[in-house]
Amino acid sequence: MPEVTYLEALRDGLAEEMARDERVFVLGEDVGAYGGAFKVTEGFQRRFGAERVIDTPIAETAIVGTAAGAAHMGFRPVCEMQFIDFISCAYSILTNYVATARYRAGLPTPMVVRGPAGGYVRGGPFHSQNPEAAFLHTPGLKIVAPATARDAKGLIKAAIRDDDPVLYFEHKYLYRRIKEELPEGEEILTPIGQARTAREGRDLSILTWSAMLWKSLEAAETLEREDGLSVEVIDLRTLLPLDDAAIVAAVKRTNRVLIVHEDTRTGGVAGEITARINELAFEWLDAPVKRICAHDVPLPYAPTLEDFVLPQVGDIVKGCRWLAAY
Amino acid sequence: MSRIDVVMPQMGESIAEGTLSKWLKKVGDPVKRDEPIFEISTDKVDAEIPAPSAGVLAEILVQEGQTVPVQTVVARMETDASAAAVAPAGTPAAPAPAPAPAPASPAAKVPDLKPAASAAAPPSSPAPAPAPKVAAPAAAARAPATAPAPGDESLEDRLRRKSTPLVRKIAAEHNLDLTTIPGSGMAGRVTKNDILSYLESGAPAPALADGPSSRPTDRPTVPDLTVGPGVRVVPGPVVEPWEGDRVEPWSRIRKLTADHMVMSRRVSAHVQSLIEIDYGRIAALRAKRKADYAERGVSLTFLAFIASAVARNLRKHPVLNAAVMGESTLYRREINLGIAVAMEWGLIVPVIRRADELNLLGVARAINDLAERARTKKLSPDEVQKGTFTITNPGVFGTLVGLPVLNQPQSGILAVGAIGKRPAVVTAPDGSDSIGIRTQGMLALSFDHRIVDGADADRFLADLRGTLQEFPEDLV
Repeated sequence: MPEVTYLEALRDGLAEEMARDERVFVLGEDVGAYGGAFKVTEGFQRRFGAERVIDTPIAETAIVGTAAGAAHMGFRPVCEMQFIDFISCAYSILTNYVATARYRAGLPTPMVVRGPAGGYVRGGPFHSQNPEAAFLHTPGLKIVAPATARDAKGLIKAAIRDDDPVLYFEHKYLYRRIKEELPEGEEILTPIGQARTAREGRDLSILTWSAMLWKSLEAAETLEREDGLSVEVIDLRTLLPLDDAAIVAAVKRTNRVLIVHEDTRTGGVAGEITARINELAFEWLDAPVKRICAHDVPLPYAPTLEDFVLPQVGDIVKGCRWLAAY
Repeated sequence: MSRIDVVMPQMGESIAEGTLSKWLKKVGDPVKRDEPIFEISTDKVDAEIPAPSAGVLAEILVQEGQTVPVQTVVARMETDASAAAVAPAGTPAAPAPAPAPAPASPAAKVPDLKPAASAAAPPSSPAPAPAPKVAAPAAAARAPATAPAPGDESLEDRLRRKSTPLVRKIAAEHNLDLTTIPGSGMAGRVTKNDILSYLESGAPAPALADGPSSRPTDRPTVPDLTVGPGVRVVPGPVVEPWEGDRVEPWSRIRKLTADHMVMSRRVSAHVQSLIEIDYGRIAALRAKRKADYAERGVSLTFLAFIASAVARNLRKHPVLNAAVMGESTLYRREINLGIAVAMEWGLIVPVIRRADELNLLGVARAINDLAERARTKKLSPDEVQKGTFTITNPGVFGTLVGLPVLNQPQSGILAVGAIGKRPAVVTAPDGSDSIGIRTQGMLALSFDHRIVDGADADRFLADLRGTLQEFPEDLV
């Protein structure tokens, strides 16, 4: 089995779907001739032709709008936001138009908007954001955020095959750092809406996704070694719709929950998960639900400040210790 | 305007009446649904009674100390919110009598926390703005009467009761009182692991009270019962009724008894010793003085002689007037004799306080009085508490003797067997033996071998026999 990076897995998934289904095409800034800012679509234009790998102007609303129209006409477009931070430029068309199209007009809109999210790369405030919370509130959208190479591939393929708009947030820090052996010839599809137990444990559960999965796993190892704590780690993978069953099952198993996300705290996804736990499993809690998130500030450029603002392994370890002692 | 009745609840199938021991709210106080509004005492149970609905306490119909049949209306509540605003102003009489809180009664050992604790209850409801001024002194004025108010607990207790939803759920499922479970969480909080390992250790359900009214101090101490390695806890059988069977759910007193007996069997190392008593002298004394006692309204029974003799001998054998406290022996200063009284609806053990300080007449009168009031359900809760040794009398039914289960946490319990005429070897002063007819009976002592050794028990029984067989006439 060949070892592939997170980025290669994403690229392979995208290519497999384009090869499988000629209705699939990609569009975005520099995705064609240049192969994408992070080279996700490298070689695509040569392989699939300029008609299916379209370079666009720097105009996110136009990219999403074009894709929506094509989707209505029976295509399955995949839009790239060069940095996911700029998806906010397309916020109106995504929330007002794309998300409501099926409800308003019975228009199927099978499209994917994907792009690199996240920090830890000294990218500063415009190139490090995690925009999931901004869309979580919009009925009609789906949101996925893979943490592993397998899911990077499995989720892009599932997103493309989904008959509704899916936002696919890939993490740029993981692009070349995460490697995994993936079987050749086997079709990898990760079902949307299904969380995965990344590590089993008895004493408390960490609910997380994307790059925070790896920090959480590292924290769990530390806690096992230094404190003898058995920490479960759940990779949510899909944020909309949330896998309530998996969340409740985790609460019932360990009764203590820490939610870790890279996005800022206030109004973050952790708040929504906490509310659901209160509604669905309050009587199973042996401690308050705790969050580890980024501080509520724009992400600084300065490496020391970025390290301070974003959640680190030490923060997660500390949070777990507090929770375990409660 | 809508008023609803608040009634004396039935706290167990067989309990017909209850004593309203304390009002927790005054007329005019806003009350939340399920917030405790008064406390009651029944024969064995003290409990706080929650409000049936939210509103304002409009009328109090039964005063503190009154005993009324169940379902008697004890108060009325105003459930209409607009009427609630008027009520406090209309009844300004309440705060007058005792404006000073004066919580410094000697019983209240932790007075520092009381204001916060008692203030916590009333103001949280959406009370009308003018009300607090009147309500606050009224609330402060209700100083502790007999039973400790919910505020009478230490900071540690309060933090311990601060428990998580899961722990509370488990505690409710197993009817456990969280204050008796050692907590390892922050500030001594009982965590899931604490309560699960407590349950796994096979610890008895200690509290059994219906909730917040449980009073830790009156409860038998629960020993640490960590089950050792290799010990398997075997669950009881699953029993199903067959056709025609009758299923009768336990009354509260049945449940209390059942749980207490199983707990007692488990925590103590029960051993029994039996001794035969010649009651010839007692029978003679009794026949001689019976009429005099009857004249004073007291029935002079064998049990009175035995109780009196036991009380006098316990002072010489303190280990039988003792309890196990953790890994210590607690020797009781007072000798408080519990006398088991069987009734159609269950078993109750009223207590003769300081029985060793009473003469025979006093003991006999106390037994008569307690038994009578137990049967007519007139006992107050403190008359069934603080026993230090128990006497049970199965012999009244002709049983040769019974082997009783210890009344926790006491270290000894004496069963009196049937007293009757039996053939016995009688040795005359000249040393010759013959068969005579003697009045005899058995006494069985169950004792906790954790602290009472066989020799201790046997010496006690021998002394007891000596006292009974040579009962001084001038004491009768």
